[in-house]
Order: sequence, then C-alpha cells, then structure tokens
Amino acid sequence: MNESLTMAKALNRGLRRALQADPKVLLAGEDIGKLGGVFRITEGLQAEFGENRVVDSPLAESGIIGTAVGLAMRGYRPVVEIQFDGFVFPGFAQIVTQVAKMNMRTGGRTPMPMVIRIPFGGGIGAVEHHSESPEGYFAHTPGLKVVSPSNANDAYWMIQQAIQSNDPVVFMEPKRRYHVKGTVNFSAKPQPMHQAAIARYGTDATLICYGPMVKTCLDAAAVAEEEGTSLEVVDLRTISPIDWVTLISSVRRTKRAVVVHEAPRTLGIGSEIAARLHEDLFYVMESPVMRVAGYDMPYPPARVEEEYLPSVDRILDVVDQSLAY
Amino acid sequence: MRGQSHDMVQLLTPDGERVHNEDFEFTGSTEDLVGYLRDMILARRFDAEATALQRHGELGLWTPLIGQEAAQVGSARALRTPDVVFPSYREHAVAMVLGLPYSNLLSMFRGCDGGDWERLETFKNYQIVIGCQALHATGYAMGLQLDGAVGNENPDDNAAVIVYHGDGAASQGDVNEAYVFAASYNAPVVFFCQNNQWAISEPIALQSRIPLFERAKGFGFPGIQVDGNDVLAVKAVSDWALERARNGEGPAFIEAFTYRMGAHTTSDDPTKYRESSDDEEWRGRDPILRLTRYLEKEGAIDDEWLAKVEEDAKVLGAEVRATIPQLKDTTMDRLFETVYAEPTVALEAQRREYAEYAAGEDA
Ligand SMILES: Cc1ncc(C[n+]2csc(CCOP(=O)(O)OP(=O)(O)O)c2C)c(N)n1
Repeated sequence: MNESLTMAKALNRGLRRALQADPKVLLAGEDIGKLGGVFRITEGLQAEFGENRVVDSPLAESGIIGTAVGLAMRGYRPVVEIQFDGFVFPGFAQIVTQVAKMNMRTGGRTPMPMVIRIPFGGGIGAVEHHSESPEGYFAHTPGLKVVSPSNANDAYWMIQQAIQSNDPVVFMEPKRRYHVKGTVNFSAKPQPMHQAAIARYGTDATLICYGPMVKTCLDAAAVAEEEGTSLEVVDLRTISPIDWVTLISSVRRTKRAVVVHEAPRTLGIGSEIAARLHEDLFYVMESPVMRVAGYDMPYPPARVEEEYLPSVDRILDVVDQSLAY
Repeated sequence: MRGQSHDMVQLLTPDGERVHNEDFEFTGSTEDLVGYLRDMILARRFDAEATALQRHGELGLWTPLIGQEAAQVGSARALRTPDVVFPSYREHAVAMVLGLPYSNLLSMFRGCDGGDWERLETFKNYQIVIGCQALHATGYAMGLQLDGAVGNENPDDNAAVIVYHGDGAASQGDVNEAYVFAASYNAPVVFFCQNNQWAISEPIALQSRIPLFERAKGFGFPGIQVDGNDVLAVKAVSDWALERARNGEGPAFIEAFTYRMGAHTTSDDPTKYRESSDDEEWRGRDPILRLTRYLEKEGAIDDEWLAKVEEDAKVLGAEVRATIPQLKDTTMDRLFETVYAEPTVALEAQRREYAEYAAGEDA
C-alpha cells in the first residue's frame, strides 16, 4: 500500500503506529501536546492517546532527557522532542554522561531504549540557534546511535525502528525537508535502520550525504548528468554507526568520493569518512576524498545562509576538482 | 549553627535524651533502635575499612560516609520492598541496610567495573555527575505513577522513590529541574538532601542564603529540616514523606542537617578548608554516640552487647578485606559487548581488531 506524504506527516504516522503498537511508548517534549509540536509532528496524538502518552514537558531540556532516563529504567520507551537543534545543549550533559553510558556502566543491565528527536539543519530562514547541525557531537559519543532520514518513506519506518531499538537513538530530522512529499510504502518490509542506501547509481564519483543534503546531492547529480558526468549518491541514513560496507563498495567502484554535510567541516562526519576511505581504499582511489561542508563558523544569519550551506554549484565545483586528478 | 532552623525535627538530643515533637514521633520499638545502632556501627566500620583499603592502594578512591550514618540508616529503614533508591556516591549505609552486596561498591571504586551491580531494580548505580540522578529518580517516579503503583487502596501495592543528593547538588540545574518536574506531575519522589555542610571545600553558605528546606515551598511541595544525626527523627520524617508519596500526595523534600566528619573523598584534605573547632563541635553530635547513650540509659544495651557488635564489626572488616582479591576485573570483551544493547557491525570490527592485537601481544 503506497501513499504520497510529506516527511512531517510520515513522521506523525510513524509515531502514531508506534504508540498503537506498544503501550510503553510515550512522547514528551515542549508544546508537543495540544499544539502538536512547533512543527506539528505530533499533531493530534495527544487527543488520540491522552496526556499520559503524549506529555507536555516543563521548559527544561535536561529535565526532559533526565526524566526520560528514569522512565526508561522503569520500562518505558520515551521518545522526546527537542524543539530545535540549538536547544539540545542544556540537555547535552544528560545525553552524553547518562543516556549514552548507562548500558555499559551497568554491564548491560540497564538499556536505554530512548529516542531523542531533533529537528536540525538550516535553510529555513530562521533566527540564531534554529539552524544548527550538532550531529557530530552525538556521533562522537559511543553508546549513542545517530540517524537521519532524508525522505518520507525512511522517516515513517526509521522512527518506528528507532523506537523499537533497545539503544538510545538520536533522531535528526532535516527540518527543511519536512514538507517535501514522497511515496511511503506502508506494506513493504523496510530496510534495516543502520544500512546506507544508494539513492542514485553512477560511475564517475560517489557523493556521500545524509538528511537534508541528500536532495541537494540528487539535484547536483541530475545537473551533472546533463553535463555528461555520472554521479552515484549514497544516503548514509545512519551517521553512527556508519555502514562502511555499502560506502566502501560504492567508492571502490567509482574510485572518487565527495562528502557533503551542512555541519562545519573541521572534525565533522566528513573527516571520519575521508580518513576511513583513505585507510581502506588508498590504492584504489583516483583522487583524495573531498568535502563540501559548512564553514567553521557559528551558523550565519539567515540572509546569508545560502552562502554557507552546500549548494548544487559548490558540490559540482568540488566534483570537478576530484575528476581533474 | 548557621542554617539550622528552630523547627528542625529532633527526637533525641545529642546527650541521648528523648524529646517530644508536636508533629513527629518515632513509632518503632527499642529493639528496632538497637538494630539501627548496629547498622550504624557496622556501616562506620565498613567505611573505615574501605578508607584503609584506599590508603593501601586497593581502591582508586573512596567517599567516606563517617558522620552521616543516622541520616542514611534512618531513611533506609523507612523503605519497603517496592521502593526504589537513586543514590549519589556516598550512600554506603543505605546499600548495607538494603542488603546490597558491598562487593559491588568496592568493585566500582576499585575500577573493576562501572557499576555492574546486583539488585539494580531496588538500588540504582552510584552517580558521579552531581545531580543527574535527581532527574532519573523523578522520571522513574513519574513511571510509577503511570503504572498505577501509587495511591492504591492496598498499601502493599504502592511504591515511592527516594533520591539522595548533597547540599552542593542543590545548586545544580538538574536538581532544580527535578523539583519542577516532580511538582508538575505530582511524582512520588522524596528528595533526601544530606546537608553535610560542605561541597568538597565549599561551605553551605556559598550554595544557599536560606536554609535549603525552605526552597521546597517555592517549588510547591513541603520541605522539612531534620536533625540528620538523630536516627529516630530521620526515620520518623522519612516515614512521613515516603508514605505521602506512596499515597499519591506527591513529592517532599527532606533536609537532613548533618556533618561530614571525614574528608570529602580520600583525595582531599579537610584541614585546608575548615576549622578544627567545627569538627569538635560536631563530634559532640555524633549520631552513634548519641544513640548509644540513650540505649545504655534505657538498659537496652550494655558493655557485653557493645563488645559483641565490635566483634561483628571486626568480622565484617575481615570480610571486606577478603573480598578484594575476589573482585574480578571486567574485560575489554565485556565492554565491547555492552556499549550497545544491539551490537553494531562497526564496533564488532573494532572488537576483532582488538582481539587480534591482544592475541599478537600474548604470542
Ligand atoms: C557536575 C559535577 N561537577 C563537579 C563535580 C566534582 N564534585 C564531586 S563531589 C562535589 C561536591 C558535591 O557536594 P555535595 O553535593 O554537597 O555532596 P556531598 O559530597 O557533600 O555529599 C564536586 C564539586 C561533579 N562530580 N559533578
């Protein structure tokens, strides 16, 4: 059964199914009840499942995450919403010192089946702290899993997989793609959550991306095709753990790779991918792994964000450099 | 004493005299009190042994509880089976009263494991990051409430959570956020603050201008100050707070006014930051001495009893020392195995990398 839905609606449906499927699932966060969240991802869910399953939280991020730790200890599967990327930091200590470490600290006796949903990334003309890409902090933290869907079908399935996971999942939602429609297949068995997908096949170079940049990379590949260049696009889907098998086999074929993300370049996800590809494919590759990323500055004011964000043109420029080797 | 309220609940004076309080009374028997005294003496011995073990290099660190025995034993004796404890890092006497294997505590401070403890369903891991556990406790209590484990007709069906934190912790955002959440959701959680006057070298005056228990009112639940060196009073007040919580009447805050007689941990030197006259004054309020005096006067214990307990303490000490060689270090394999509940391909690859390297090293 297929249906065309926006990513926002797909997430809403996924959350709804998770709430129906398991009475231990509960949602918590600021404004997620009556309002349905500032992006309306939880719209209608409180009305359907009640105030005990869809909980409006006090305005305290550490409180939201820290109490979710306790709820998880009690056998619940809390799904918390952080209103915006830049506001996760008051809860950061709980995430990295508690959520991430609890399973190992207790010798596996206290798993943390928790999902931390974060609308992230720029491109929506927002004010400060509403456009950031903090995924690197979480991906650098062992014990957390970090994923980012790039389309409606993945959004629908991955949110349910994240909720079913017995590990804590930081679920990065590309907010500027919330309103992009896609086909959701409600009946086909979904891909495993921690597997990358080849979003487009190509032969000359691999573009590696996730979340909001997948569409930009697909656009770039379409333009490149008109110019006679065949680009493969790998949608990571999971940032931690990275699916090295898919990634390495793609680059082994195309022999060239460009990593694209919005987060600042230095020590970003792209750095890790470049290092690993060089370790594994040094004698195979025709050119060094290159990166197109945000610059190493705090996210800029909205009116210049298009200069900061990787664009089709910037990506194609770097692809040209890679092909010129 | 600065920060001590006129309303502080006390049922036994430092001289071992029972006093009457309008609102609280100790409902246990003299026999119970004899048991509490024994708990406190054994806890002090356990603590002294662990401190000595640290000095001998057997533990990486120890957090002495000396002086806080009444606060811990009194509150722990108020707990019942379905209740759950969220400790900080000094609640050794609570662990002992609940029958937690003390090898677990030693193991963590020795660095054998990170808190791979038995009976985590009753007594959660020690928490090193100040204040984090106040939120975990509150979330857990919210869960109890959702589960319908509060306010039932049958008292046996009801449970509460008790969370221990210090006076310094009361400055942390997490602890204050926990107060907000607990109040907003009427969570069955008792905040048990052991105001031992010091946060490492910082006096309580640096954390609060008003007695801590007065803060509770601002969050919307009752706060009470109790003489933390008076086990009768602590028990009575804890009974009250826990019973309210179990009945669905929501959170309460207990400030146990006490004193850390030793160092903060085995790595600090209290003579650098406090006066010996303070120590002297508090020594006069020693929780163990106080109850001993009372029970002697009552004729409930005598020298023979004390000698017997001293003997038990020696046996405990020997057991504690004998435990150390039996503690097993965790393994890299076990750590790789427990980073995630569901293993990842990427980490499994690192695990094999480690195994190959380790095998090569042995060869
Ligand atoms: C977030 C955090 N900051 C600093 C420390 C270092 N530290 C450990 S114990 C302590 C003092 C805590 O004092 P208090 O809350 O009064 O507890 P007590 O040890 O006196 O029971 C400090 C600063 C820490 N463990 N966690």
